[in-house]
Amino acid sequence: MQKIHFIAGICGLLMAFISGCGGSGTEKLPILGSREPVEKEVDGKIVTDTVYHQIPDFQLLNQDSVRISSQLFDNSVYIADFFFTSCPSICPIMQRNLLEVYNEYKGDPRVKFLSHSLDFKHDSPAVLRAYAQKLGVTNDQWQFVTGTKAEIYGLADSYMVYAKEDSNAPGGFDHSGYFLLVDKDKHIRGAYDGTDKAQVELLRGDLETLLKANE
Amino acid sequence: MRRNGYVYLAFAALSLYLLLQSCQGEEAIRKAQYTANGQKLYTSHCQNCHGAKGEGLGALYPPLTDSSYLHEHRDQLACFIKHGLSGPIEVGGKAFDGEMPAMPQLTPIEIAYILTYIGNTFGNTEGFYSQEEVQQALKMCENTAR
Repeated sequence: MQKIHFIAGICGLLMAFISGCGGSGTEKLPILGSREPVEKEVDGKIVTDTVYHQIPDFQLLNQDSVRISSQLFDNSVYIADFFFTSCPSICPIMQRNLLEVYNEYKGDPRVKFLSHSLDFKHDSPAVLRAYAQKLGVTNDQWQFVTGTKAEIYGLADSYMVYAKEDSNAPGGFDHSGYFLLVDKDKHIRGAYDGTDKAQVELLRGDLETLLKANE
Repeated sequence: MRRNGYVYLAFAALSLYLLLQSCQGEEAIRKAQYTANGQKLYTSHCQNCHGAKGEGLGALYPPLTDSSYLHEHRDQLACFIKHGLSGPIEVGGKAFDGEMPAMPQLTPIEIAYILTYIGNTFGNTEGFYSQEEVQQALKMCENTAR
């Protein structure tokens, strides 16, 4: 008899564990990057708060030769990546995959896209504009931007993307093909290999999770 | 003796059959072999832009599914791959004006593999490209000032 109670107990525990892991739809994405504890005084008491890694403010030139700032992305979730128009290696795969996500969310003001060109010499706004049109981007939801070398490569660091000029790499730039999912507060909530279909599927799921959390 | 005669006859017939079969089959086997080798090269050299299904990408990279384009330009395709291509072209009823990078490191046999793969995949039925055909084609474009 005792044995039966024991088994029932184990089963109960297991059930509780499984349903606990299920998460009942209130999934929360992590905030990526470094974090620092900051002590501040609230009502005379010392409180420790966490400051999370954040994309710094930026101003960059887009495909319409308009200087856009990070404020453009204040009220939306956005997906960022780094590429260049003459890239023969991973960029076509990345942009092919991102185009699918763009087409899904076209017209949805909650989602934006931001592609940074690493080729600050060749990829002028006019070149970026022609590229965007040929890719099939028809509205300003997807921004293609260029800036000085310091601006773009500094931002790549903030997005935790490896990027380097390298004459040995195909096209002259060596970089990683990550898509970064950024929330309204400019926190990175996910990083996905843009050349991998399965990872892009993950991005789709996380994007939905983030949008639901914003509702 | 009579029985031996039948055996010889049967043997001769079988040999003839096998000989014919192998002549016919040789090209099919080579085509299959070239296609398999070509697929690997396609994945590493072409697929990024032209896509896993040869679908291309928007107006940036042309598709490889336009069989009539491939057929009409059959003797130029080797040069496109080896020396690149720029300037306006029309593929599948759409205009393209980009730049395809040259791949001077590819050998004629590798180009034959790639062309046999593309020419017999994505709905294309161009048949087998031999190394000799590729060499001949390359000679044509390398003679005209490039």
